[in-house]
Amino acid sequence: MFAYYLDLAFRSLKRNRLLTVLMVLAIAIGIGASMTTLTVMHLLSGDPLPGRSAHIFFPQVDSTPASWYNPRHPLDMMDYRSAVDLWTAHRADRQAIVVQSPVKVSAPGADRPPLMLTLMATTSDFFPMFAVPFEYGSSWTPQDGANRNRVAVISSDLNDKLFGGKNSVGKTLRLKDSDVRIVGVLAPWRPTPLFYDVLGGFTGNGFDTSYYAKPEDVFMPLQSALEVNDGNFFQFTCWGNGPRVPGHLEDAPCLWTALWVELDSAAKVADYRAFIRNYAQQQKALGRFANTNTRMLDLMQRLDYEQVIPKNVRLQTWLALAFLAICLFNTVGLLLAKFLRRAGEIGVRRALGASRRSVFAQCLTEAGLIGFIGGAAGWLLTLVGLWLVRRQQTPYSDLVNMDVSMFVVTFLLAIAVSLLAGALPALRASRIAPALQLKTL
Amino acid sequence: MQIRPILAALRKHKLATFLIAMEIALACAVLVNAVFLIVNRLSAMDIVSGVDESSLGTIVVTGFGPKDANDLNARMLAGLRGIAGVESVHVVSSVPFGPQGGVNGITLDQEGKHFGAVVQTYQGEAGSPEALGLKLVAGHLPAADDYQPILDHDYMPLSSRVLVTQALAEKLWPGANPLGKEFWGAKYRFRVIGVVANLSVSQYTENGEHGAQWCVFVPVQAGGQLAGTYLIRAKPGDLERVMTEARAAVAKIAPDVVLDYANSQTIGHLRERFFRNDRAMAGLLVGVIVALLGVTAFGIVGLASFWVAQRRKQIGIRRALGATRADILRYFQTENFLIVTFGIVVGVVLAIGINIVLMKFFEVPRLPLWYLPVGVVVLWLLGQLAVLVPALRAAAVPPVVATRSV
Repeated sequence: MFAYYLDLAFRSLKRNRLLTVLMVLAIAIGIGASMTTLTVMHLLSGDPLPGRSAHIFFPQVDSTPASWYNPRHPLDMMDYRSAVDLWTAHRADRQAIVVQSPVKVSAPGADRPPLMLTLMATTSDFFPMFAVPFEYGSSWTPQDGANRNRVAVISSDLNDKLFGGKNSVGKTLRLKDSDVRIVGVLAPWRPTPLFYDVLGGFTGNGFDTSYYAKPEDVFMPLQSALEVNDGNFFQFTCWGNGPRVPGHLEDAPCLWTALWVELDSAAKVADYRAFIRNYAQQQKALGRFANTNTRMLDLMQRLDYEQVIPKNVRLQTWLALAFLAICLFNTVGLLLAKFLRRAGEIGVRRALGASRRSVFAQCLTEAGLIGFIGGAAGWLLTLVGLWLVRRQQTPYSDLVNMDVSMFVVTFLLAIAVSLLAGALPALRASRIAPALQLKTL
Repeated sequence: MQIRPILAALRKHKLATFLIAMEIALACAVLVNAVFLIVNRLSAMDIVSGVDESSLGTIVVTGFGPKDANDLNARMLAGLRGIAGVESVHVVSSVPFGPQGGVNGITLDQEGKHFGAVVQTYQGEAGSPEALGLKLVAGHLPAADDYQPILDHDYMPLSSRVLVTQALAEKLWPGANPLGKEFWGAKYRFRVIGVVANLSVSQYTENGEHGAQWCVFVPVQAGGQLAGTYLIRAKPGDLERVMTEARAAVAKIAPDVVLDYANSQTIGHLRERFFRNDRAMAGLLVGVIVALLGVTAFGIVGLASFWVAQRRKQIGIRRALGATRADILRYFQTENFLIVTFGIVVGVVLAIGINIVLMKFFEVPRLPLWYLPVGVVVLWLLGQLAVLVPALRAAAVPPVVATRSV
C-alpha cells in the first residue's frame, strides 16, 4: 500500500510543479538554516571528556579581602598558596594545578625564528586525569616535579613544526633562557571546549570564543616552569599593592592559578567538599582568609556556569528555529491548499470504498515525500552553511563538520517537520464528505 | 470596496487564513528584531577611536625581559625610523583595537573607598599623544617633564599628570571641571591636566561596567615595562608599504625577539579584524531576512494561486454580472491586505515579546517603537507584491467561464 501511496504522491507532486517547488524550497531553507546552527551548537556544547567529565571537579576557595564585594565569590582563580596547600594534601584521586603563561620557544640549532607559545605549568596528574594521549614518550614523574627537573611534554603540532613529526623524546628545547629536555610528545588532542582553561568566562559573558582554541604547545612541571619562565606570569586579579616584582606571583596577593581534581565516587566528592570547607575555615581562623566561601562544580556544571557557548551561536540557533517555524506554517498552508484542491479526487476514492484512514495515510505519504526531498536539498544547504561558518575566523572554525549523527538528524528533522505540517491538512482532507464532492463533479 | 463579502469568504477558509496570518506574524516578529540586531551591530562598529587611524600602525614584539627593554627600544626606534616614509615612531603600551591594554579599577580617594570606574590606561613616551592625533578639548598635553620613568617592579609612575577622555571625565565628575582633579589606582596617583575628545579602549566588549571611551593616557618614559609596542606614523598612502617593510625589518633589527604578526598591522586592519565577527553576524542576519521574506512571499503566492484556481467559476459569475477586471483585482488585493493586517497585529505583539526575551538573555537594548510601523509597512508591501501575480491571473478570468460547468 505504501508503494501505491508513494506512486500517487509522485504523480500529485508532478501535477502542480510550482506548488511542489515552493514547498520543497521552504522546507530546504528552514532545514538548512536550523541544521547549520544546530551542528555548530552540537559541536560547541559537547562533553570534552566523554565518560570522565562526571568525575572531574573544580574546587574553589576565596582569599580576596573582606572589602571586595562580589556576589559571585569565590572568583575563578586561586592564589598560589591555597592551590599548593590543597594540592599537597593529596585528598583527591588525582589533582593538578594549572597555570598558563606566554613563553619564547626555540629549538637549539634550528635556524627558524623563535616562537611565542603558551606554556602550561602543571603537575603530572594532568595527563592521566584528562586522558591526554601520548604519541611518543610519556609524562614526567612526580619525582621530576618535586626535583624541579627541566623536562617538558610538547604538543603534536609543535613536534611537527620543530622536529618534522619525528620522535623528539630526549631532544632539547629552549624556553626563554633555559634548556629543557623533551620527555613526551602528545598525539593530536583537541578537547572541545578547552575546559581546563575556561577561567573568568563570566567576564567574557558568552562573548568569548577563545575557549574553543587548541591546547597549549608546551607542558612543564609547575615549579620548573615557574623558574624557567619567571617574570612572565600574569595575574587574574590582585589586591593590596599587587606583586612586588611584575610577573613573579608566588608570594603576591594575587589570583592566578587553578586546581582540578578527580574524585571517583560520591563519597569522595562529599569528603572533598568538607575538606575545602575545613580548609577555608582554618585559613580564616589563621587570619589569611576573610571569607569562608567555597564551591566545587563538576566539569559540565562548570562549563554551564561560565556560559562557554558563545551568545552569537545561541542567538543564531533561536533565530534558525524561529525560521523553521515560519517555514512550517508556510508548508501547512500550502499543503492544505493542495489537498483540498483535490477534494473531487478524494471524494471519488472515498466513494469507491477508501477509508478515512487510508486517505489520511495517502496525504501524509505525500507530505513525507516532500519532507524527504526538502531534507536532501536542506542537507546540501547545510553543507553550504557550514562552509560559510568555516570561513568565519573563529577558534573553532577548523572543527566545524557534519558528522554522521547530524546527517541522520537532518533527514529525521525534515521528515518530522513535513509530517507535522502535513497532519492537519491530511486530517482535513480525510474529513471530506464524498457525496458533496460527487455531486459537484 | 466592500469588505464584508471578503470577510464572509475568508470565514470559509478559517484555517488557511489563520496559517498565513501566523506565518506573517512570525515573519513580522523575526524581521523587526533581526533588523534591530543588525542596526545594533553596525552602530557598535561606529566606535570612535580618537586616533588618526588612516596614518597609524603598530609593530608589536614579545619574548624579552625588562632588562633588555632599553636596548630593544633603542634598536627598534632607530631601525624603524630608518624605513623610508616613516614620519615618526613612538613606544606606547597599546593602541585602540590592538592587544588588550592595562585595565585598572580606580577610586576617587586615596583610601580606595569611593569607587570611580574600571578604566584602561594607555602609556606613551613623549610625542605619542601628538603622533596618535589625540584632540585636546581642555587643559594641555603633557609637557616634557610630565614624562616620568617607571621604577623597577612598578607598572607606572607613582604619581602622574594624565589626560582623560571627555566621557570618563563626565563619568567621574559629572558637570564639574575635571582639570586638576585626582584619582587613584591602588598605589598609583593620577592628576588630570588635559581632556581629550575621544580615545577608545583597545578591546571593547558590550557587557560589564565599563565604557568604550573610559581611557586615561599616562605620560611615561620608555623602558622597563614600556617596551615592545611601537606606534608608526606615515602618510595614509604610504602606510601599507611602510608596515610591510617594518614587519620584515624586525627580523634584522631584533632577531632575538618574536614579532607578533597578528598585532603588527595598521590600525585600520586591527579595526577591521576587531569587528569581523560582528560583520559576519550582520551578514547572516541579512541572509535570514531575505530568506524569510522570500519564504513568506512564496506562501502567499501559493495560497493565493490556489484560491484563484478554486474560485474561477465564482469570478466568472461576478464578471458576467458586471464586475470589472479592476474589481476582481482589488478583491484579491483587499483580501490579502486583511490577512496581512491580521497577522501584523499578532506579529507586533510577538515582536515586542521577543525583544523582551532578547533583552533578558542576550543584552540587547529595548526595541525603539518606530521599528514596528516600518516592519508593518514592509509586510504590507510584501503581501501586495506577492498577491499581484495571482490577482492579475484572477482578473484575466473571462466572464464566459460562468456559463461552463467545470
